Amino acid sequence: MAGKTLAAWAATGEKPEILYWVGCAASFDDRAQKVARAFVKLLDAAGVKWGILGTEETCTGDPAKRAGNDFLFQMLALQNIQTLQTYEVETIVATCPHCFNTLKNEYPQLGGNFKVWHHSQYLLHLIEIGRLKLPENGVAETITVFHDPCYLGRGNGEYEAPRTLLRKAGARLREPERHRDFALCCGAGGAQMFKEPEPGKKDINIERTEELLALNPAQIAVGCPFCMTMISDGVKHAGRQGEVRVQDIAEILAERLGLI
Amino acid sequence: MGQIIFAVVLVGAIALFVYHVRLLRRTILLGRPYHLSDKPSKHWRQMIEVALLQKKMMDKPVASAAHWVIYVGFLVVNVEVIEIILDGLLGTHRLLAGHVGVLYDIMTVGSEIFLALVLVAAVVFLWRRNIQKVPRFHTAEMKGWPPLDANIILWTEIALVIALLIMNASDQALQQRKVYEAAGTFPVSRFLVPLFESLSDSMLIGIERTAWWVHILGVLAFLNYIPFSKHLHIFLAFPNTYYAPIQPAGKVDSLPQVTSVVKEALGLAPAEGATDGATGTLGAKDVTDLTWKNLLDAYTCTECGRCTAVCPAHLTGKKLSPRKIMMDTRDRLEEIKRALHKTGKWEPDGKSLLGDYITAEEIWACTTCNACVRACPVLINPVSIILQLRQYLVMEASQAPETINVLFVNLENNGSPWALPAADRAKWAETLT
Repeated sequence: MAGKTLAAWAATGEKPEILYWVGCAASFDDRAQKVARAFVKLLDAAGVKWGILGTEETCTGDPAKRAGNDFLFQMLALQNIQTLQTYEVETIVATCPHCFNTLKNEYPQLGGNFKVWHHSQYLLHLIEIGRLKLPENGVAETITVFHDPCYLGRGNGEYEAPRTLLRKAGARLREPERHRDFALCCGAGGAQMFKEPEPGKKDINIERTEELLALNPAQIAVGCPFCMTMISDGVKHAGRQGEVRVQDIAEILAERLGLI
Repeated sequence: MGQIIFAVVLVGAIALFVYHVRLLRRTILLGRPYHLSDKPSKHWRQMIEVALLQKKMMDKPVASAAHWVIYVGFLVVNVEVIEIILDGLLGTHRLLAGHVGVLYDIMTVGSEIFLALVLVAAVVFLWRRNIQKVPRFHTAEMKGWPPLDANIILWTEIALVIALLIMNASDQALQQRKVYEAAGTFPVSRFLVPLFESLSDSMLIGIERTAWWVHILGVLAFLNYIPFSKHLHIFLAFPNTYYAPIQPAGKVDSLPQVTSVVKEALGLAPAEGATDGATGTLGAKDVTDLTWKNLLDAYTCTECGRCTAVCPAHLTGKKLSPRKIMMDTRDRLEEIKRALHKTGKWEPDGKSLLGDYITAEEIWACTTCNACVRACPVLINPVSIILQLRQYLVMEASQAPETINVLFVNLENNGSPWALPAADRAKWAETLT
């Protein structure tokens, strides 16, 4: 494994190429941890030297900011920026679009300027520069529906990288009616993940998952740990967990490469 | 005599309009400062693409086509309005006819074709709104004044078009009798001429003059209706798309007055003694706590409802409607504007946007997914207002939902949204081989 904490890297006198910003979900949530493991296996396969902050990482502050607590957001952000600057971090890759958006768009105003990638962008980049090689043998195409994460798509205008990556990994994509810039949210953004929904006639994740399932995919691809939770719950709610998998883009790619 | 009456009415109408535009400007500028961070050239480009060329309207082809017709029709027909005003002031009749040669025929042909197209488009819009009942025109906030306003606009447009067609038709009948000099080509109203042929000369002149007056008085009345109507978008779409920030939709700016306090607390900046620190309200309770761009957004909104039609909270039956956020902001501003008109100054009246217009339940239902922002054809941002209201609720009123307070405590104590120890953060990597 070519990865260790930045503290451990510092002890060797070497610097990793990228900091993998794990995020709270992949640090603590069982399902998201699997995505983190798939992602770093891909990094290892490409020979990328990567680091994590480990116990020195905290929440980027995204849910605090969107819940209206700018004090708490800035407290977390400024501490993280200090940590990142101490280790002279230049390039960050995040498997969570919320972390990605906050690091990329909101840290510069507070003095934190880094090159920030979403993992779908970075993995595609590794393939394009030839460091991550796809097997040449063909593979039966898997019918896949990609659910655009709001903070990758509408929030940052990235619609192509995840789709290109999925096609390369052997997915036959079907687009739901609401996709790309008109994709429907999974219901977790804006700190909704951490609160009960307001009274209504339906939960947002059910509405969205029904739309995705209507295409009869073998798998639903996501690019965000919160979408992962919401859509997985939606699939269970529909009683289709036996036939439809919910997988992160990194897992689908790692599987194609025989890494998991 | 007619010239004098016309001049008085024209000057009066314009003066009244200017007064209300200035009052509107004053009301909008009650908002907090807002600055552009990009070069003006980028903002001009954005305005040309989004307002002038209506790029975002195209998402809905039928509405877009009908809207284009009325938009271009408005511009084309207004060339004729210039002549009408000059005729009114100088006591002339079709002043330009003798001076611009074949251009006059081009102008009258273009104008007539668009009059017919506008008529069709206005009927299409009335149909969609009242008979087809497109769902986004019939949500909870679309009761009473908003749908009436929309119908008044469409019927006024139809009335103005009909007045011009009658004016042109009776004019042609008079031209055929050599009572009026031959002027212009009228491909649409020529079909109405037979209706007028049996009338006497004086009767025809009466009809032609009446239609002329009805049209221009209608235009001036409509001009003065606009500042009180959703129709303001025909003007405000331009400044609003110019001033809209050019940045990823996901980005939310940090409050500078908070930054100085937090930096001080973290020992990152020396205490500056009496800094302005966290003075002023954090977030927004009332419209005057929002930026003037938020307030311009509210007055630019024409209540098309594309935002609400794509809002995940609204679609699943929550109370939140992004359009209502904008309409409430404007309605509250109108209340303030009326006070400014009456007393010349604004004194707080004990009411506020949050509480009296928008409830906490609405703003907590937002997922900040930005679908509403994407859908708006004129770059209005309801999420910006929602977040500022949340900031007030959390940082000033300490009224976050209980689960959100738990989130805050966890973030403070563990640096994570869950009450899990930071020491376990790298455990996922231990099982790697």
